[in-house]
Amino acid sequence: MPKTGEHWKTFLKGLWEDNPIFRMILGICSTLAVTNQVVNTLAMCGAVVFVITASSLIVSLVRKITGKRVRMAVYTLFIAAFVIMVDIALKAWVPTIAKAMGPYVGLIITNCIIMGRAEAYASNNKPLPSVLDAAGVGLGYAMSLLIIAVFRELLGFGTIAGLRVFGPGFEPWVIMVMAPGAFFMLGSYIWVIRTIQDRQAKRKVEKKRRAATAA
Amino acid sequence: MHVLVVLFSAALTNNIALTNFLGMCPFIAVSRDVKTAFGMGAAVTVVMTLTAAANWAIQRYLLEPFGVEHLQYIIFIVVIAAIVQVLELAIERFSPDLYASFGVFLALITVNCAILGVSLFMVLRGYGFVETLAYGFGSGVGWTLAIVALAGIRQKVEKADIPKGLEGPGITMIATAIMAMAFIGLTGLL
Repeated sequence: MPKTGEHWKTFLKGLWEDNPIFRMILGICSTLAVTNQVVNTLAMCGAVVFVITASSLIVSLVRKITGKRVRMAVYTLFIAAFVIMVDIALKAWVPTIAKAMGPYVGLIITNCIIMGRAEAYASNNKPLPSVLDAAGVGLGYAMSLLIIAVFRELLGFGTIAGLRVFGPGFEPWVIMVMAPGAFFMLGSYIWVIRTIQDRQAKRKVEKKRRAATAA
Repeated sequence: MHVLVVLFSAALTNNIALTNFLGMCPFIAVSRDVKTAFGMGAAVTVVMTLTAAANWAIQRYLLEPFGVEHLQYIIFIVVIAAIVQVLELAIERFSPDLYASFGVFLALITVNCAILGVSLFMVLRGYGFVETLAYGFGSGVGWTLAIVALAGIRQKVEKADIPKGLEGPGITMIATAIMAMAFIGLTGLL
């Protein structure tokens, strides 16, 4: 496998450098809406990872036979078909979670991350890299969502995935599970991660400069 | 009376952007200045009202009688795309001026999740036709109100000295959070 490293890079890019949440600011609706409980978030992440990978695979497979003008419509139909599958599966296996997520399962169709990957990557790349790229971005999305959800549930209910963490004396921060808490949490999350990334970039530049002067 | 309650709660207390988090991508991307924000808001309001009404009829007279509710998502999204397309053609044909200022926004609207979201919520809550119209229109007005207010705030924020990591989307989220809290304050209204 000569190109394994290349593939690995495609995959990792979505997790950190091109993370959909804190770099591209896409798919924010679901990020805010389902992160008040870890369990719902897990279901959402699973659904999105499945839909994004499957639709990128199919888009990549049919990339040569879809006309330029109709491609958006075609992609939307593929995505909608996968979302319907997910919706039926969730309703059958975990009905309580499906109910709590309400319309947000259907709204995966309009999650811009999925269309974004189909349009920007899968529509002009081979199936294998497309799947890896989609899986990377999907997992990057899942990672961000889970971090936000853990903090929101911990502070808002004092629990993680329903398990009590703090003692009975804990006063829940009700605002965290309400709408404004979601915006606060996402804003702070973007702030922290971007600061870390800026530092990384600075360190890289520093290293290069040092190497250059040493040479 | 009930219709008015639906209208006002959609626009103010249950604001679709601030409490249901719908249409967030354009909400962040198109809120740089008040004029464009208003254009986007107006386009969203029109499309939202039309699509909610059309989807209500389809849900009631097609999907339910034939028992194919699981096709709801696909059909709704196709209806939305079709309405946006027709609207675009009609505006281009009859009012090129309007098209020059709103055309761009219309193209973006098909993938605006607030539009699909309104149709899905309308079904979940079991609204009648008039309530659906009120809900679609109210949601559009509420979304416009929120994005125009945010654009106003962002124009001021641009001149402020913000930590580097917080610039752009970060501070926009925090500003939206404060706005969302203000809107919660309206809850007692209804």
